Amino acid sequence: MSPTPLLEVKDLHVGFVTDRKKVVPAVRGASLTVYPGQTVAIVGESGSGKSTTAHAIIDLLPGNGRVTDGRILFEGQDVAGADKKDILALRGSSVGLVPQDPMSNLNPLIRVGKQIKEALEANGVAKGKEADARVVELLQEAGLPDAERRAQQFPHEFSGGMRQRALIAMGLAARPKLLIADEPTSALDVTVQKQILDHLDHLTDTLGFAVLLITHDLGLAAERADHLVVMYKGQVVESGPALEILQDPRHPYSQRLVSSAPSLASQRLSAQDHRAEVREQAVAAAEQVAAEVASHDDAFGQGTSTVVEVKNLTKVFTIRGSRPGSATDFTAVDDVSFAIRRGTTTAIVGESGSGKSTVARMVLGLLDPTSGTVEFDGVDITTLKSTTQQLAFRRQMQPVFQNPFASLDPRYTIYRSIEEPLYTHKIGSKAEREAKIRDLLDKVSLPPAVMRRYPSELSGGQRQRVAIARALALDPEVVICDEAVSALDVLVQAQILNLLNDLQAELGLSYLFITHDLAVVRQIADDVVVMQEGRVVEHAPATQLFADPREAYTRALLDAIPGGSIPLGGAR
Amino acid sequence: MPETPLPGQERFVAPIDETPLQETGVAIDDSQPPENQWKEAWKLLRRNWIFWISAAILSVVALMVVWPSLFTDLDPTRADLSRSLEGPSSGHIAGFNRQGYDVFARTVHGARASVLVGFLCTLVVVVIGVITGALAGFYGGFVDTIFSRLADVFFAIPLLLGAIVGLSVVNNLFPDRGFWAAIIAVVIALGAFAWPQITRITRGAVLEVKNLEFIDAAKAIGVTRRRNLIRHVVPNSLAPVIVTSTVSLGIFIVAEATLSFLGIGLPFGIVSWGNDIAAAQVQVRSGNRMGVMYWPAGALALTALGFILLGDAVSDALDPKRRSR
Repeated sequence: MSPTPLLEVKDLHVGFVTDRKKVVPAVRGASLTVYPGQTVAIVGESGSGKSTTAHAIIDLLPGNGRVTDGRILFEGQDVAGADKKDILALRGSSVGLVPQDPMSNLNPLIRVGKQIKEALEANGVAKGKEADARVVELLQEAGLPDAERRAQQFPHEFSGGMRQRALIAMGLAARPKLLIADEPTSALDVTVQKQILDHLDHLTDTLGFAVLLITHDLGLAAERADHLVVMYKGQVVESGPALEILQDPRHPYSQRLVSSAPSLASQRLSAQDHRAEVREQAVAAAEQVAAEVASHDDAFGQGTSTVVEVKNLTKVFTIRGSRPGSATDFTAVDDVSFAIRRGTTTAIVGESGSGKSTVARMVLGLLDPTSGTVEFDGVDITTLKSTTQQLAFRRQMQPVFQNPFASLDPRYTIYRSIEEPLYTHKIGSKAEREAKIRDLLDKVSLPPAVMRRYPSELSGGQRQRVAIARALALDPEVVICDEAVSALDVLVQAQILNLLNDLQAELGLSYLFITHDLAVVRQIADDVVVMQEGRVVEHAPATQLFADPREAYTRALLDAIPGGSIPLGGAR
Repeated sequence: MPETPLPGQERFVAPIDETPLQETGVAIDDSQPPENQWKEAWKLLRRNWIFWISAAILSVVALMVVWPSLFTDLDPTRADLSRSLEGPSSGHIAGFNRQGYDVFARTVHGARASVLVGFLCTLVVVVIGVITGALAGFYGGFVDTIFSRLADVFFAIPLLLGAIVGLSVVNNLFPDRGFWAAIIAVVIALGAFAWPQITRITRGAVLEVKNLEFIDAAKAIGVTRRRNLIRHVVPNSLAPVIVTSTVSLGIFIVAEATLSFLGIGLPFGIVSWGNDIAAAQVQVRSGNRMGVMYWPAGALALTALGFILLGDAVSDALDPKRRSR
C-alpha cells in the first residue's frame, strides 16, 4: 500500500491579468505530488513559473494573479476553490513559507522574537508567556546560538544567514506539515548556504515535515531533493527521481540544464580540457600583442609577459563612529599581491565582505589604494599624473560589471553606449565608428538591429553582451569582470562564459575575474586567488586548487558548492 | 529514496513539441520601434484619464494666453462706469464688475500674466535648483556644504512671507513699472525663496544616480568628471524634478494671485486674476453679484488644478517602481 500524498497539484493554470484585462498565462498545466517527509524541488530559470506555482499553493499570488484552472489538493482537500477562511487556517498552521530574500522579509522596526511570536499567536499555537518560551525554542531549533538574547534583537543586528534562520523558525512556528522554501539561500554566501541547508535537512529528519524547495540551481536541487520537477516557460517539462534526471535527462531543456550547470561533474571535466585549449590560443595571441606593444615607442606599457602586477595592495576605510571623533579604521584589503600573466585569467574568489570588489576597483584605478602599487605592463598606475597618460591607461583596461541592469545608462541607445568610449578617446570618424560598433556587436553575437534599442528592452544576457562589446571597443589588453555572470540564469551564464573564453582565445585578452562562485572559476580561470576578510588565503593554479586545496577555508568553499558530490552515471 | 516511484511521482517527460526550446539570449524583436524611458512614460500617460483632464484644461488656458481674441474681442481695459455691476447680458456672459469692466474679457486676458509668472518662476527655480543640487550632490564635501546650507537658509524663510517683504521693498523703490518689469519682480521674489526645494530633490536624485554602475563604467572608459555629470548623472536625475516642478507651477500661479490680492504683486494696471479677485472683495462682503469674483477665482482654481493633476499623472508615469522590469 502506498502512502497518501500530502500535496497534489493537478493540471494547474495560473495567469496574470494585465492592465487591459488580458490574461497572460504564467503556469500552464503544472502537476506535482509531494508525500509526507519528502523533499521535492522545482527547478527552472527566472520566469519559468516555479515561484508562481509555489505561491498559488498558499494563495499568495500577487493582486493580479489568478488560478484559472486545475486543482491543488492538500491532504485531499481542494485549496484552489476553498474560501478565504479555510486558506488562512491552512497557511501557517499546515503550510509554512521561507521567503526568498531574508533582507526584506523581516520588519526592521520589530524585534525578531516578537515577529515569531506573532506567527505563533496568529495560528493559535501559543499565547503570552508560553509563546515567549516557544520563540526561544524555535530559534534554538533553527540553529541560532544564544537564542534568548537574539529574540530581543532587531533584524539589522542579524547577518543574512541569521535572518534566514529566523525566517525558518517563523515558517516552522506552527509545526506545519509542508514547508515551502522559495530560493531560501540564493542571497547568501555559499558556506552559509551549506550550513542553512544542512540544518534544514536535519530538521526535516527530526521533525518529519515535507519540503517543497524552489531553486534555479540544479546542483543544489539534486543534492537536497528526492524528487525533481523541471519547469520551463510555465510548464513542467520533466519530473522524476532526482538522480535519474541528473544522470539521464530526457527533455532537451533538462539536457541543456545539466550540461550547463557549472557544479556538476560532467561539466567539471570538460571545462578543464576546454580551458587548457583556450589558454594555449590566448597566450599565443597575447604574445603577438606584447611584441607589438614592445616595438612601438609611443604605446602605453612595455609589453612584459606579466600584464598586471599587484604588490602589497592595502585599502583602509575610515568608518564614522557613534560619537564625533570616534572614527575607526576598517581594513577592507590587507596586503594583497598577485600577478596576471598575459593571455590568462586570474580569478579572485571570496564571500561577501572579503574585499574582492575593492581590489577590482583599485586595479581599475577607480579607487586610490592606501598603500601598495598596481603596475600595468610595467607602469605604476597609481602615479599616473597627466590626463593623456591616464586616458592611455584607460584604453588598456576595461571593466564588465555585475549588474547588467545598472551598468548601461538607461537613457543611451546601445549604439551610443558602445560609441561612448570611441568618442571619448576621439577614435575614428563617424562612419568608422559605426563600422567598429557593427564589428563589436558581431563579436559578441548580437544582431546589428540591437543598436537602436535601449537597455530596458534587452534581457540580462543581452545587456551583458553589450557591456562586453563596450569594454572591447577600445581594444584593451585586460578586462576586469566584477561578478560579470553572477546575476544571470545558468544557461545564459554558460553562454557568456563561452563568449569570454572565445574572445580571450581570439584577441589574447587577460582577465581578472572577480566572483563568489567557485564552480564558475573552473570554466574560465587559470590562477585563483582566494580572499577572506581582506587577506589572500590561498593563491594557486586553478587545477591544483581544485585537486589539492591547501587551506581549510578553500576546502570549506569547495565543499559548499552544491551538487559537487553527486555521482554522474554515463553522462560524460 | 523508494525503489519504485510513488503514484504521481513516476518519471515524466513532456512531449518535446509542446514546449519548443527557444534560443536563449540573442534574438531581438525588431517588429516594435525602440523604446526609451520617455516613450514608455508617454505610453503610460496616454492611458491615464487624469492626464487627459489636465491636458484639456491646460490647452484651453494655453489658448487664452496665446490668443485671447479667440474667446472675446472686448478690451479688458475699457471701463464703462454706467454699466457697473450689471448682470450678464448678450455679448457679456459674465456681466460687469464695479468699475464697469467686462468680467469675461478680464478673466480671459488675465490668464497671460498668471501663466507667465508660473512658467518663468518654474524656469528660474529649476535652473538654479538643478545646478546647485547637481553640484552639491556630485562633488560633495565643501561644495555640498556651501550649497546645502545656503539652501537651508532660504528654505527656512516662508515663501509668501519672503516674497511679501521683497516685493514691498521693490514697490517702494520703483512704484511705476511696466508689464514685464512687474512680472519679473514677482518672478524673482517667488523664485528666490522656492529654489531650495528643487536643490534638495536634485541633490537626492544625483546622490542615488552617481553610485550606479554605469557611472563607474563611464569613469573607467576615461570620461571626465564634468562630462559624466552633464551627460549621465543629470539626465538620469531629472524625473523627480520634472514631477515637482509641474506641481509647483500651479502653486506659483496661486502664489502670484495671493500677492496681487494683497496688493503687492502685480500693479493694478495689469490685468491679472489676483487683481480681479482683490477688486471683487467688496462683492464678497455685500453678497451682491458674486459672479464678479467667481469668474477669475474659478479660472485660477482650474488652472492650478490642471497643473497639479498633470504633475500627478507625470509622477505616475515616471515612477520607476511602476515601470515593468
